Amino acid sequence: MIKDSKNFFADKDVQVILGTLLRVGVISSMSVVFVGGLIYLFSNYLGIVDYEKFNPGKSGLSSINAIFSGLKRVDGSAIIQFGTLLLIFTPILRVVFSVFSFLIERDYLYVLIGLFVLCVILFSLSNKLAG
Amino acid sequence: MSVLLFTIIVLAGAFLAGLVGSLTGLGGGVIIIPLLTLGLGVDIHYAIGASIISVIATSSGSAAAYVKEGITNIRIGMFLEIATTVSAIIGAVVTVFIDPGYIAVIFGLILLFSAAMMVRKKIDRSDNDTSGKLALFLKLNGTYPTEDGVKKYAVHNVLGGFLMMFIAGIISGLLGIGSGALKVIAMDNIMRIPFKVSTTTSNFMMGVTAAASAIVYLHRGQIDPGIAMPVTIGVLVGATIGSKILVRTKTDKLKVVFAVVVTFLALQMIYNGLAGRL
Repeated sequence: MIKDSKNFFADKDVQVILGTLLRVGVISSMSVVFVGGLIYLFSNYLGIVDYEKFNPGKSGLSSINAIFSGLKRVDGSAIIQFGTLLLIFTPILRVVFSVFSFLIERDYLYVLIGLFVLCVILFSLSNKLAG
Repeated sequence: MSVLLFTIIVLAGAFLAGLVGSLTGLGGGVIIIPLLTLGLGVDIHYAIGASIISVIATSSGSAAAYVKEGITNIRIGMFLEIATTVSAIIGAVVTVFIDPGYIAVIFGLILLFSAAMMVRKKIDRSDNDTSGKLALFLKLNGTYPTEDGVKKYAVHNVLGGFLMMFIAGIISGLLGIGSGALKVIAMDNIMRIPFKVSTTTSNFMMGVTAAASAIVYLHRGQIDPGIAMPVTIGVLVGATIGSKILVRTKTDKLKVVFAVVVTFLALQMIYNGLAGRL
C-alpha cells in the first residue's frame, strides 16, 4: 500500500512536467505558424490557390533540410512548415521525456517500450517510407 | 480562389471544427476533410495532411490540460503506442496508393460509426477484479481520483485491446484522423478502463500516433503550408475556447445535432467517392 501511494505521487510530478511540456510546445509552434502565416499572406495574398490535384513537389518543403534552408531566406511558407515541425515534435519529445522518467523510476521494461516507440518514429524520420 | 479568401474560409472552418470537436469529443478531422474536399475542391491527400496536423494540435493542447489532473495512465498509453505508431506508419505509407474515391468511402464509413458512437449511451464496465497476467506484468492497473478518494481499477484483455489499437492506428494513418471512436472501443469495451482514464489516455496517445504518420505525410509533400497554417491556428483557438465553454455547458443536445451533421457529411463523402468525384 505504501509503495502504491508513493508511485502515484511520483507519477503525478512527472505528469505535471509533461503537461507543461505539451503546452509550451503547442504555444510556441502556434506562434511560429502565426508569424510565418503573416509573412506568407503578405507576399502571396493575391495569388491563386491550386490544390485540385496532389503534386508531391509543389511546396518544395517536404524535408527538414529544405525547411531549414527556407528559414534562412525568411520565407513565410518555410516558417509555417517549421512551426508545423515543432508541433509534430511536441508529442515525440513527450516520449523522450517519459523514457527518462521511467529510467529514474528504474522501470526498465517501460524504458524499453518507450525506446521502441522512439525507434519507430526515427525510422519514419529516415525518409525511406514516403514512396 | 485567391490565397486570402481561401485562408479566411479554412480559418473559419477550422475554428468551428476545433470548437465543436472539443465540445463533442469528436476530432477536428471529421469536419476539416469534408470542408477541404467537398467544399473547396482540395485533393484528398492534402486534406489528410492538414487533418493530421489538427489532430496533433488538439491532442497536445487538451492533453496538457488533462495530464495535470493526474488521470492519464502513461503506462497504458506507452504500451498501446507500440501498436498505434507502427500501424499508423503502415497506414500513412499505404494511403497514397489507394484510389481517392475509396479513401473517401472508408472515411465516410468511419464517420458514420463515429456519429453512432457519439450519441450512444456509455456504460462504464470498469472494475477492480483480478485481471490477466499480462496486465500485471506490464503494471497497467492503476488508480484515479474520484470524489470519494482514490479508486483502483484493473485492466482486462490486454491483447484484444492491443489488436484493436493496431486497427485504429491503420485507419488513423490512412485517413489522417485520430480515430478516437475505435480507440474508445479498445479501451472502454475491450480493456474495460474507466472513462475518466480512457478518454484522457486515448487523447494523450493520439498525438504520438499522429506524429508518426505526419512525418510520412510531410516527406511526401502532403502537408502544404498554405493549408496547414489556417488549420493549425483555427483548430487551436477553437479547441481552447471550446474546452472553456465545456465546463459550464451540457452537450447532450449538441451531440445529437452534430451527429446528424456528421452523418450528412459521411453520406456526401461516400456518394462523391463512389461517383469518382474526389
